[in-house]
Amino acid sequence: MALRELSSLEKFLGLKKPNKYSTQGDKKVPVLQSNNGPALVGLVTIACHLVKEAKRPELLGDSAESRAVVQQWLEHRVTKLDGCTKEDVKTVLKDFNLYLQDKVYLAGNQFTLADIFMYYGIHSLIVELAIQEKEQYMNVTRWFDHIQHYPGIRHHLPPVAVLRNRIYTGRHH
Amino acid sequence: MKLFVSEGNPHCLKVLAALEVTGAKCDVQYVNHEERVVPFLSRPALPALLLPSGLHLFSSNAICRYLFEVNGQDSSELCNQWLEWEATELQPALLQALHMAVLQGKGSEVSKVLQGPLNYLDQSLSKKNTPYLTGEAVSVADVVLWAALYPILSDSSLALGDRKSVKIWFDHGAAMHSLQCAAQKVLQGKGLQGMKSYMQKQPAPQSSQCRDTQPCNSSPAESEEGERLVSEEEIEAAALTWSKSLNACPLVANRQHPILPQEGKRNLLVTSALPYVNNVPHLGNIIGCVLSADVFSRYGRLRDWNVLFVCGTDEYGTATENKAREEGLTPQQICDKYHAVHSSIYKWFQIDFDYFGRTTTEKQTEIFSGDSTSTGFLVEDTVEQLRCESCQRFLADRFVEGTCPHCSYPEARGDQCDKCGRLINAVELREPQCKVCRQTPVIRSSKHLFLDLPKLETQLEQWLDKSTSTGDWTANAKQITRSWLRDGLKPRCITRDLKWGTPVPHPDFKEKVFYVWFDAPIGYLSITANYTDKWETWWKNPHQVELYNFMAKDNVPFHSVVFPCSLLGAQDNYTLVNHLVATEYLNYEDTKFSKSRGVGVFGDMAKDTGIPSDVWRFYLLVRASRGTGFSLLLGRHGYEKQL
Repeated sequence: MALRELSSLEKFLGLKKPNKYSTQGDKKVPVLQSNNGPALVGLVTIACHLVKEAKRPELLGDSAESRAVVQQWLEHRVTKLDGCTKEDVKTVLKDFNLYLQDKVYLAGNQFTLADIFMYYGIHSLIVELAIQEKEQYMNVTRWFDHIQHYPGIRHHLPPVAVLRNRIYTGRHH
Repeated sequence: MKLFVSEGNPHCLKVLAALEVTGAKCDVQYVNHEERVVPFLSRPALPALLLPSGLHLFSSNAICRYLFEVNGQDSSELCNQWLEWEATELQPALLQALHMAVLQGKGSEVSKVLQGPLNYLDQSLSKKNTPYLTGEAVSVADVVLWAALYPILSDSSLALGDRKSVKIWFDHGAAMHSLQCAAQKVLQGKGLQGMKSYMQKQPAPQSSQCRDTQPCNSSPAESEEGERLVSEEEIEAAALTWSKSLNACPLVANRQHPILPQEGKRNLLVTSALPYVNNVPHLGNIIGCVLSADVFSRYGRLRDWNVLFVCGTDEYGTATENKAREEGLTPQQICDKYHAVHSSIYKWFQIDFDYFGRTTTEKQTEIFSGDSTSTGFLVEDTVEQLRCESCQRFLADRFVEGTCPHCSYPEARGDQCDKCGRLINAVELREPQCKVCRQTPVIRSSKHLFLDLPKLETQLEQWLDKSTSTGDWTANAKQITRSWLRDGLKPRCITRDLKWGTPVPHPDFKEKVFYVWFDAPIGYLSITANYTDKWETWWKNPHQVELYNFMAKDNVPFHSVVFPCSLLGAQDNYTLVNHLVATEYLNYEDTKFSKSRGVGVFGDMAKDTGIPSDVWRFYLLVRASRGTGFSLLLGRHGYEKQL
């Protein structure tokens, strides 16, 4: 899963040459071998590296504060979200929903790597929700739908329908 | 900018150390562990940093990173890597180690848990051969890891093994004034024990060795355990069986009443908890046992098991007396009226009882005479009871309202607290009030009979061990029963000073009746006795009969402890519960359904919606199968989609 995310990220960033990744440990942590220097280990570490390589530093935040917020959510993704149990899902979604109440993106008004990786990580939870539940977590659904439609983000993941009724009938699509 | 920390919280070590090292200007406020500083998080998360912009940081690593950055020190990629490793690999192991060392006293096992991460750290340090993790200077990675490991590595009683590179690196940090300062503030010189109160408030860590809860966002292809994928062949075989073999199935024979146990067949006696008569049943009652039992009985009959499904209205007790007073009728009239209501609603819901009876029959009194009253398991004692002087009678249970002595819920009733579920005696209530006239009752003495549960405890436990291990008991039923036994059984008062109830057949207790919760399960027997004279072939036949009790979870103690004890006390070879199925509460929006408070959707309303009963049955069963405590969310789209 992690490797697919990294390859999707590469596509989004427009990196021409896809990297070769390996994994280590039973948690299958991704590893990026480098020609000139030691290997980079860790999903978040590698993702940040790719962003720098593609010269898109704004994706990591454009101020010290937003950088901290981005790192916080990236860490949250690989600690609390990955491997969260069925019992935790409700709390995770509830808190996330409250957080997103007054924000367009995770870092406020700016689209960042945090949005990308929280989207990848939360996809499997959102897919399982019934329409009423999606409506219950209104802000999460709004943010999720926004991110999944963001150009170039959604590569390896199927789209999730969030609307109960299609606005346009089949003929107009 | 404001930093919130709590004492004894190891994560705060990191941020306080970072603050000292960077010299950043920041207010620091000490709060309690339970303080919810971050507005959008349900559970308290400390440390937390309130940023100048008003945003909160709840990740200790992110806070440290931020403090370093505003001080002019950006984090390198190697730094990032260490911080990611700390959060994903070191912290889970550390949490487990701290839990063991601080709360479980298993200091010796800490070494095993931390072996992996410490070895990794040692190897990396020895390979790099620099004094600090990322080079010649102290970085945020060093501060974070030193602080994270400080409580463990500075405790010499934990034999962690000899890792030279780690020791050298750690000693650098431990010597730094800023780290020592932070450690002092957090641990107050008490070492690991300084973290006790913090650790007690944390959820127990999941051991990484035994992950029996599958993380729910791992894709199915990756998880080897979990649900078994069905193969193509299995699906085809199932479809074939369904279409062809259905004809080969024996037709469900028309039932011949009375249904009696048969040799050579599986004989199941299915009961669902007797609904209390005092009002129209609500959807919670219906799913909370009657419907579940009905589905099971139908299933049993299709399987050609010999099933007898009985139920009835539980009519004695103070609640009925209450209702009678409210409606200006006699208790008997109330029971007649509402029994008919129950009966018709269950009929509409297509609950296929073999017999739906009532507890207020002569058989009930008859059966009691031959019961545990004659054996040595009853004790007499004088009880202090609440008596309302203005109403001129002893108040029991439902007539009293007050504050629960255990959880301080202000509307606890005199038999059970709705909030914490504990059984209480009315005299234990704080600030009791008579429900009828609102006066404060006084305490008076009265003689009563007690069922000597402690005397029967061994026999009961023997039976429960056998039953719970071989029979179908829902997890919540086992849990509730275990906690009752663990709390220790006490003699339970089984008589009351009331008029409306089964009269006590003992000369000294002529003016008293049996406590409704004691006489209700006997109702199962008397209802069966009204169905057939040969009721004893079901109820005194444990070798041929399997008893299934269906109920909502608040009835569990009565069916798993009190009732079996009454039967064991009678020493008459009674059939005891083999399988106990307890459903969770159905909530109406977010509160409990309650007949007596008038909250929720009631049986006749369901019928009035015009939605057929099959649809209601389906919807309730689906929602019930979702697990713990499910809510009735009113909305038509739910079931429409599923149908």
